[in-house]
Formats: sequence, structure tokens, C-alpha cells
Amino acid sequence: MQFQAQIQIHLRPSVLDPAGAALQASLHQLGHTQVQGVRIGKHIQLRLEAPDAETAREQVSELCEQLLANPVIETYQIQVDPVEG
Amino acid sequence: MAKVRFGIVVFPGSNCDRDVAWVTRGLLGCPTRLIWHREADLSGLDVVVLPGGFSYGDYLRAGALARFAPVMGSLAEHVARGGYVLGICNGFQILTEARLLPGALVRNVNLHFICDRVGIRVERQDLAWTRAYPCGATLTLPIAHGEGRYVCDGDTLKQLQDRGQIVFRYDPIAPNGSVDNIAGICDPSGRILGLMPHPERAADPDLPGQDGIPFWQSIVTSLAS
Repeated sequence: MQFQAQIQIHLRPSVLDPAGAALQASLHQLGHTQVQGVRIGKHIQLRLEAPDAETAREQVSELCEQLLANPVIETYQIQVDPVEG
Repeated sequence: MAKVRFGIVVFPGSNCDRDVAWVTRGLLGCPTRLIWHREADLSGLDVVVLPGGFSYGDYLRAGALARFAPVMGSLAEHVARGGYVLGICNGFQILTEARLLPGALVRNVNLHFICDRVGIRVERQDLAWTRAYPCGATLTLPIAHGEGRYVCDGDTLKQLQDRGQIVFRYDPIAPNGSVDNIAGICDPSGRILGLMPHPERAADPDLPGQDGIPFWQSIVTSLAS
């Protein structure tokens, strides 16, 4: 089966994200002073072949640990959906 | 006295490889080999240098893709044989991505790419890399990086401090926001060194600033004796 994976990668909460802080300051400058906690991350999407969704998720998790994310400074979330047709 | 043999790994996007060769071969007269990242032969080398630059365009994260280059498998064997490894700037980033050194290097706190000459304090004099520096020396060395802010968790920082693995600190303060002003660290054995400043850009007598010269003299005399 083909699966589509969506991967969100963010700096760990303990790691300062200066780009997010700069973006938040700009939003405040535009008058959106209600905005807080801006963090900038990465979004990676990929397709892969796997027998079922659970296996696909495990494989993507392995990709994240090995290369896509750096667990020393980053966290990741994975969403896996079957590709129709 | 046998000459120390240097190897300099060239990744696509490396841009300080020839600067290092100019120092090791041109100024020190040591046999120096440039090694393309797809090669795996690191035999007969005493010191392998991962130079500065933007390996693989810094895609994904600085150093993340270089970590899996064919040459990196051989680098692990070189380390296991007791060989010395030096990562400068992007090379330091690669060493942390490869987990040969702890922690990580992330975006400078002020978001600027910083190209400047800064104060660097030598914290360890007993290493093969630093022996030629006078005790308590503060150097002026060039830095040029956008992602040089060293980060690690509290336990790792304590280990680095307790084991004396912090070799260089920014003085008086890290312009990139590095934790504990860290500019360079080594592994527990002291044979693997990573640093953000560029000692190879402060070694030619015709250039302003020669505080990098003792760095290169240290490793050459330490390994030759």
C-alpha cells in the first residue's frame, strides 16, 4: 500500500527560536499584540510503500531519528494517510 | 622528524578546504591530501580535517547530509585507529550531526551571519591542538557563520565542564549566543576537536592576524614527537 506522510519538525521548547521571536515581534508591530509563542518549524512530506499504516508510521519515525530531525535539538510529529487509488 | 600527514575532506559546498591546505602544505610543509567526499581511503593519515563551507548547501540542517557521505564511514575507522580529527566551522557542525561530538549548532541568536574577528580564550593547554599557546592566552580569530550557536542539554554541559572538554570560549562574550560562551569542544580523548573560529585564516604571515599559527604548530609538533 502507498502512504502519504506529513512530518512536522520543531526546535525543542528548551531551544531558543530567534526566527520565531523575530516573527512575533513583527506581528506585534503590525498591531497583532494578542499573538504569543511563535515558533517556526519545517514540514516534510513524502510517499512510501508499506504493508499497513502502523508499519509506515514506524518507518517514517526511523527516518526522523536517523536524518530528518536532530533529536538533540528537535521534536517531530508524524501523520500517515493511505494514498487513494 | 617524520612529517604529520593531513587529509582534508572536500564536500560539495566546502570552501575552506584549500585555505587549510595552504597552511598545512604551503606554510608547514606537511604532506596534505584533498579527499573527495565519495572516497573512502583515509589510510596513512594522522589528521583528518573537515573544513568550513556549506556542505550539501546546508540543506535540511548544517552538516546533516554530509554526515552520511561515504567518507564518514572511514572517518569512524580513522577515529577507532587513534587518528586525530579537526572540524572547523561547517566541519564542527558535521561532527555534532555525526554524534562524534555532543550537542548541536543552531541559528545565531541575533539571526545575523557574523563575519568578524573575535576574542577566543584557550581553556586547555595540554592538548595536542593547543600546546604551543601560552598559558591563559586570549586570541583574535576570524569567525564567519550563521549557525554557530552551540546548544546542549544541562547534563551534557555539566559533563563538558567536568571533563574539561571545553577547549575554546568566546571572550568576553559569544556573539552568536552559544551556551557558556563555547567556541570549541573536544571528545573525552581530546583527539576529536570541533571549533567555529577559523585558525587557518589567521596563519599566513602576509595576512593581518597570526594567532592561528600556534594552533597548527601545536598539532604538528605534538604528533611528530
